[in-house]
Amino acid sequence: MLGAQLLVAENAFFYVIAAVMAYGAIRVVTTNNIVHAALYLVVVLAGGAAQYLLLGQEFVAWVQVIVYIGAVIVLFLFGIMLTRAPMKAEEKLTNDLRGAALIPTGLLAAILATLCLDAFSDKTVDLVSPIRTKAVTSAIFRGYLVPFEVVGVLLLGALIGAVVLARRD
Amino acid sequence: MYLNQFLLLSAFLFCAGFYGVLTRKHSVLVLMSIELMLAAVNLNFVAFGAFRADVVGQVFALFVLTIAAAEVGVGLAIVLLIYRNLKSSNPDDLDTLKG
Repeated sequence: MLGAQLLVAENAFFYVIAAVMAYGAIRVVTTNNIVHAALYLVVVLAGGAAQYLLLGQEFVAWVQVIVYIGAVIVLFLFGIMLTRAPMKAEEKLTNDLRGAALIPTGLLAAILATLCLDAFSDKTVDLVSPIRTKAVTSAIFRGYLVPFEVVGVLLLGALIGAVVLARRD
Repeated sequence: MYLNQFLLLSAFLFCAGFYGVLTRKHSVLVLMSIELMLAAVNLNFVAFGAFRADVVGQVFALFVLTIAAAEVGVGLAIVLLIYRNLKSSNPDDLDTLKG
């Protein structure tokens, strides 16, 4: 744990990515162009994958790239097209609660920040022990086999449900 | 690196998603904000997994990812159905149950 907080390159990497993610997150919830919101969501999720890589958790990082950026964003773009959303940034896409919503958001942020600073301010992450994909898969197929199968059934249910809902009769 | 760096980033993303859920006027954008919140939760899981040098964080992050994908699929189907029936995708227009 020697000099765990002195890893200059890792810290620089973290803060650059974190700043990009924060900017992207703010743009996702404030931009008036719905397609831009989807693309800023890509920025945030890609930044998240980069942070996972920094933490040495490779498998979930690449799953995030494939599932979120590859599939979920495409679904969102289909949703935007199918609901004939305004593609141009003409009308406002936020409601009149813009100011009032800042109060609960700020309250939530204050609570979360206080909790984190109170409970974990001296804890450090050891970056030298990345978790191998082999360990993840053995954990899933040994200790978490039943939840894994349940999630499989849930995905099947969601698939059938989505088809039934979106079908035109 | 401090664990708090990741936790505070995740808290920020969660709050941004929360703000989006409260203020967005298009159902697809509300779903995007929910995705933002789920991504923040995932970052927390992965950070704690790295902190404890344990594989469980990653396993749970994978489960959250799967549920998020299913949620987007069903959510967009519902948004589509609402759009077809009401010709509107503003969640504020769904006030049929209002007395």
